[in-house]
Amino acid sequence: MAIEVRIPTILRTYTDGAKAVDASGSTLTALIDDLDGNHPGIKDRLVETKDGSIDLRRFVNVYINDEDVRFIGGLDAELSDGDQVVVLPAVAGGAHPIGR
Amino acid sequence: MTIAQETYEAIVAHAKRDHPDEACGVVAGPEGSDRPERFIPMVNAAGSPTFYEFDSSELLALYKDMDARDEEPVVVYHSHTATEAYPSRTDIGLASEPNAHYVLVSTRDCFDEDGGNSDGPVEFRSYRIIDGVVTEEDVTITPTPEHQRASTP
Repeated sequence: MAIEVRIPTILRTYTDGAKAVDASGSTLTALIDDLDGNHPGIKDRLVETKDGSIDLRRFVNVYINDEDVRFIGGLDAELSDGDQVVVLPAVAGGAHPIGR
Repeated sequence: MTIAQETYEAIVAHAKRDHPDEACGVVAGPEGSDRPERFIPMVNAAGSPTFYEFDSSELLALYKDMDARDEEPVVVYHSHTATEAYPSRTDIGLASEPNAHYVLVSTRDCFDEDGGNSDGPVEFRSYRIIDGVVTEEDVTITPTPEHQRASTP
């Protein structure tokens, strides 16, 4: 099952500079695991463990066919052959220090 | 960092307009050109005087549009409304465009305490932010090239 994953500039160090790579998985979790198998380290840039459970990092956006996955199940979002996944880091910041 | 007068003024005007909230946006340019040409003000989805964030669906639309035009974000700008135009810890931690010039504008001196215009200067500074390292760079403002000028009907 081939799903195209668009990789943002800052994560292309994990994909030898490729803007898009193929991965497979029936959920976003499975897709990210498959991605990490071919591009070790990328998973840690996308997800984090909070209170014992794994979730998308707050300032990483993932879209499946233009839908923000936060609105369609997060890491449990389902995927089908031919779907397009886009990863984009949030463009955010500001004067106030936030807890990180 | 070299930027056209008209783009510089558009960023400053956006920052003043959104004060006391932080204003944000990008200036896109042809990939690899290092030329900030297309001014794109964005909505601060956080609507906050101390934080900014592009709305997630607007972010996707912006990047798809730039991709279709073979552009990249040459400048990512935002304003600080009560502090200096220097990247905060938050700005540094969240900077995710290693090729971009991060422009910081401070509007703290252009309004008085009641929000009235005090005509003070707007601070406008530019930085590279790569792997947590901030490097300030000179800003050169050039006359707006013909092809970049806003068309008048």
